[in-house]
Amino acid sequence: MTTATEQTINEFTGKGYKHGFVTEIESDSLPPGLNEDVIRFISEKKKEPDWMLEWRLKAYRDWLEMEMPDWQNVNFHPIDFQKIIYYSAPKKKPQLDSLDEVDPELLRTYEKLGIPLEEQKMLTGVAVDAVFDSVSVATTFKEKLAEAGVIFCPMSEALQKHPDLVKKYIGSVVPTNDNYFAALNSAVFSDGSFVYIPKGVTCPMELSTYFRINAMNTGQFERTLIIAAEGASVSYLEGCTAPMRDENQLHAAVVELVALDDAHIKYSTIQNWYPGDENGKGGIYNFVTKRGDCRGDRSHISWTQVETGSAVTWKYPSCVLKGDDSIGEFYSVALTNNRQQADTGTKMIHIGKNTRSYIVSKGISAGFSDNTYRGQVKVLKNASNARNYTQCDSLLMGDKCGAHTFPYIEVGNSTSQVEHEATTSKIGEDQIFYCTQRGISEEDAVSLIVNGFCKEVLKELPMEFAVEADKLLAISLEGSVG
Amino acid sequence: MTTPLIEIKNLHANIDGQEILRGLDLTINPGEVHSIMGPNGSGKSTLAQVLAGRDAFEVTEGEIIYEGKDLLDMDPDERACEGVFLAFQYPVEIPGVRTTQFLKAAINAVRKHRGEDEIDALDAVKLFREKMKLVDMDESLLKRAVNEGFSGGEKKRHEIFQMAVLEPKLCILDETDSGLDIDALRIVADGVNAMRSKDRSFLLITHYQRLLDYIVPDFVHVLVNGRIVQSGDKGLALELEKKGYSWVEKEPAAATA
Amino acid sequence: MIRLSDEAALQLTLNGTATEWLRAICEQGAAKFAELGLPSRRHEEWRLTSIKQIAETDFSFSDELPALSPKDVARFDIPGMAASRLVFINGRYAPDHSSLQSLPAGVTVLPLMEAVSSHGDLVQQHLAKHADMTDEAFTALNTAMLGDGVFVHVPDGMTVEQPIHVVNITTCAGEPLMTNPRNLIVAGDKAKVTVIEDYVCPDDDVYFTNAVTEVVVGKEANVTHYLLERESRKAFNIATLNIHQSESSNFTSHSVMLGGASVRNNIVPVLDGEHCFSTLNGLYLTSDKQHVDNHMRVFHNMPNCDSRQYYRGVLDDKSTAVFSGRIIVARDAQKTDAVQSNANLLLTDTARANTHPQLEIYADDVKCTHGATIGELDDNAIFYLRARGISEAAARGMLIHAFAAESLERMDIEPIVELLEAELYKRLPEGKMVQATL
Repeated sequence: MTTATEQTINEFTGKGYKHGFVTEIESDSLPPGLNEDVIRFISEKKKEPDWMLEWRLKAYRDWLEMEMPDWQNVNFHPIDFQKIIYYSAPKKKPQLDSLDEVDPELLRTYEKLGIPLEEQKMLTGVAVDAVFDSVSVATTFKEKLAEAGVIFCPMSEALQKHPDLVKKYIGSVVPTNDNYFAALNSAVFSDGSFVYIPKGVTCPMELSTYFRINAMNTGQFERTLIIAAEGASVSYLEGCTAPMRDENQLHAAVVELVALDDAHIKYSTIQNWYPGDENGKGGIYNFVTKRGDCRGDRSHISWTQVETGSAVTWKYPSCVLKGDDSIGEFYSVALTNNRQQADTGTKMIHIGKNTRSYIVSKGISAGFSDNTYRGQVKVLKNASNARNYTQCDSLLMGDKCGAHTFPYIEVGNSTSQVEHEATTSKIGEDQIFYCTQRGISEEDAVSLIVNGFCKEVLKELPMEFAVEADKLLAISLEGSVG
Repeated sequence: MTTPLIEIKNLHANIDGQEILRGLDLTINPGEVHSIMGPNGSGKSTLAQVLAGRDAFEVTEGEIIYEGKDLLDMDPDERACEGVFLAFQYPVEIPGVRTTQFLKAAINAVRKHRGEDEIDALDAVKLFREKMKLVDMDESLLKRAVNEGFSGGEKKRHEIFQMAVLEPKLCILDETDSGLDIDALRIVADGVNAMRSKDRSFLLITHYQRLLDYIVPDFVHVLVNGRIVQSGDKGLALELEKKGYSWVEKEPAAATA
Repeated sequence: MIRLSDEAALQLTLNGTATEWLRAICEQGAAKFAELGLPSRRHEEWRLTSIKQIAETDFSFSDELPALSPKDVARFDIPGMAASRLVFINGRYAPDHSSLQSLPAGVTVLPLMEAVSSHGDLVQQHLAKHADMTDEAFTALNTAMLGDGVFVHVPDGMTVEQPIHVVNITTCAGEPLMTNPRNLIVAGDKAKVTVIEDYVCPDDDVYFTNAVTEVVVGKEANVTHYLLERESRKAFNIATLNIHQSESSNFTSHSVMLGGASVRNNIVPVLDGEHCFSTLNGLYLTSDKQHVDNHMRVFHNMPNCDSRQYYRGVLDDKSTAVFSGRIIVARDAQKTDAVQSNANLLLTDTARANTHPQLEIYADDVKCTHGATIGELDDNAIFYLRARGISEAAARGMLIHAFAAESLERMDIEPIVELLEAELYKRLPEGKMVQATL
């Protein structure tokens, strides 16, 4: 590639993180450290039922016995779990009845993030739950959703108002001892979103949660639980940002989805946690367990993710296809730049008959980053006529990054068809030349080509967020092609 | 009175629980050329597949008597050996299986069924050469895997070529004309016409009457909603061409020839 | 007697050798084996292949050469193939059954142990230089025990026209035997040679073959390697092939796995010069409770190299197969063109296939594609064939044959292809009929 192009690329990928501001809000925090008392404190603060405390403590005890996994293709500083603050809430936060009562400073924060909660309320018809550090601060459109019978509220509220529902489903998809970070999350999670769509109801609007880590040294451990009852359908989106800080912060979320007969859940993520600076200093460790359980026949769970942030990402949104004729989908764009590392992919476990899964993964590596797709497709013995198609494409920009593809395909049923295809390539000089010859700047050309490369995934995003994802890709790439 | 080659009586067939054929009756005598026309989704291709024995379709009612035997009781290969030939609408690509190997397997299966000896390799080549001329097929296709990388026209000609090689009694052409340009259509039609004889019958399934300009049928039937709603001669096809299918859809079973 | 699962087995007693440098190599192997121990299922590279049975069988070593009649040996000939032949029985060289005529002057083909004395410098220069032991316990074990095998040296610019057929016969009724065949193939610049490693057993004995072959491919040299794994259905076979390729060289490997209870085939080409070409072609036909694991690691260390991996398997009964292929493209290996494909045909509901086609890429100007499929025979194709009068069994036979034939078509020694075709017909439904159509 020409030097000029290289330069453009370097400029392009180096524009920096635009969500890196810190909000000056007094917060109510625990001192750093983790022990059973911390867990008791969190549980009490949330006025949780006793069984929930016991559940957390069990998870904590399991966690103590577990070891940090090391099989993923990432390197990071060891995490000192005693230096993390496990609870931090904006201080001015009694019960909020409407947005008007939210700290105006917070609202400004969300505006800066491009999430004008108030406007959104009027204009877009998207219901938003905003989680600031560890606490849900505002949920919009509650009344309208309630009319349809949809429950959309912070997990802490759900534990008080709908304890039976929570008790029935929490941990039923991701058990407390599923893995190291899931166990930690189960012990210390402070909030998150709870969604319940009753039988036959199509959720009247997109649901959305914005996560923001603000306070120093805090870990964010949110827990999301979405249940779509028989014939229900919902589309949910989460977005995440964090300030620029020199130290690494831990985000260890757990998301559980349950789809009963004929239910449909679409879960989209735009993950833009602070990725650290160009030398790899700071940034979020994003260690997340996301799993969907297609429990019912003909159920359908679809994951879409645009992952541009975080210093280290380690997540595999998965589908357990238990119901006959159920469908699992995973669409992913993972972009890494500078010193970022991502090890992400999915698991599709085919258990029921005639189950289908479809995986499209687009990895873009720039700078000194490493981007790994790791995915498992498993067809169990009784999963007759299971079908899977996987497509993994990697784009390398510059010669100092890495792109890796590690699929694990295990099939124990002869009537199944599983296909995996992957390619790795770079942006062609001729492609850029073709664009520039038509008067498009090199920077725009790169952006255009990357966008084209990701098209299949981006088109899966709800319309309101597709534009945002597009911009995000361009910004994250700034300074990067080679 | 002649004995019919095939008699279809009150045929009902489902796929995935959805009824496609709803009481279809059709009798074809030896040497006759019948054409079935109908709008998309009327069940034309289903009929072809059911006759060939595709097990995705479930016959729920009715019977098919072929040369006095119960056709529905036979496996697909048994039907082929008895002389039922389907020219596929979408011929299947079979990587790794050479066309010559495939043809030899088919010829020998049919011969064995009739109690004849296997074909000699040289005779086979001679037979292929002769029949290829019929459809102006390129000899190089014989060396390639079955239908693999064949153009749309080549696939269709290949079907007719196989028909010529296997010399069936009932030839079912499922939209053989679709996707063919006028020259290819003429070649295919010439091949079919060359094979017409008093012992061989044809069932031409088509959406357009264009094919019937080249292969003139004795009877034309219109299939709507899984049943034959009108039958006539070549004139019916022309009328359909002029008035469109909505005409017969509105006038169910008005006249039966 | 050795039982690998015993702690004590890690301290190997080395074979006596008078040659000091060879002893040093064996000692290194023993030390590495003691350090690594046997891999457990928790080891990522052994996750899907259990070596429990190997570990828990008492194996003995043979010191003598069993007497086999020429007829006993002849049954493993490859009909119609003119070749130099070296026969090893239970790991011992059998000169009476071997024939090394028609080798061009200057070309050396000898049992390795003989070459250690007669061509010491040459052997020392290459032996154990390419067999990576870093995380390979079985390569370490082989290096420690270092059994006899073939040594081939083709000097610069020379071509050996006839293939070199190395027949490893194991016969050990009643007493499980372990052999550690070690082969070394050195092709000089612009040299050309084909070597066939053949593993056979006249009966259905229990034994363990742990072979390691090192291949050194000089500049512009052309080396073809065949692995014919025809072990007894009760045998264990681990075969490791380490290849070092220099600039503009061409290496081709054909592996066919037919026998064995549990089989592991490791192939590791290191493309260490520009413009190398490496082809790994493989076919596995499994039945009963056989387990076959193919492990490919292709290292693209230099720019402008091409590699191809084509592995296909037909799995019957309760057999299982693993394919784990990885293409590793180093930082500077620009213009790499690598292809990896693995296709599996499951004939029953109880067969199992696991495939891990992997890419690890650190250079940006590369073309790497990989694909894997696991599936059954195509219903549409079966129907199409049946609609032409072909019986269901014959249709299945034809399609299975077509699937497997793709691997055989890549092979260049006609007698081997014929031998394998014949083996294939035996296993196909309506095999005779399928054969007749060809």
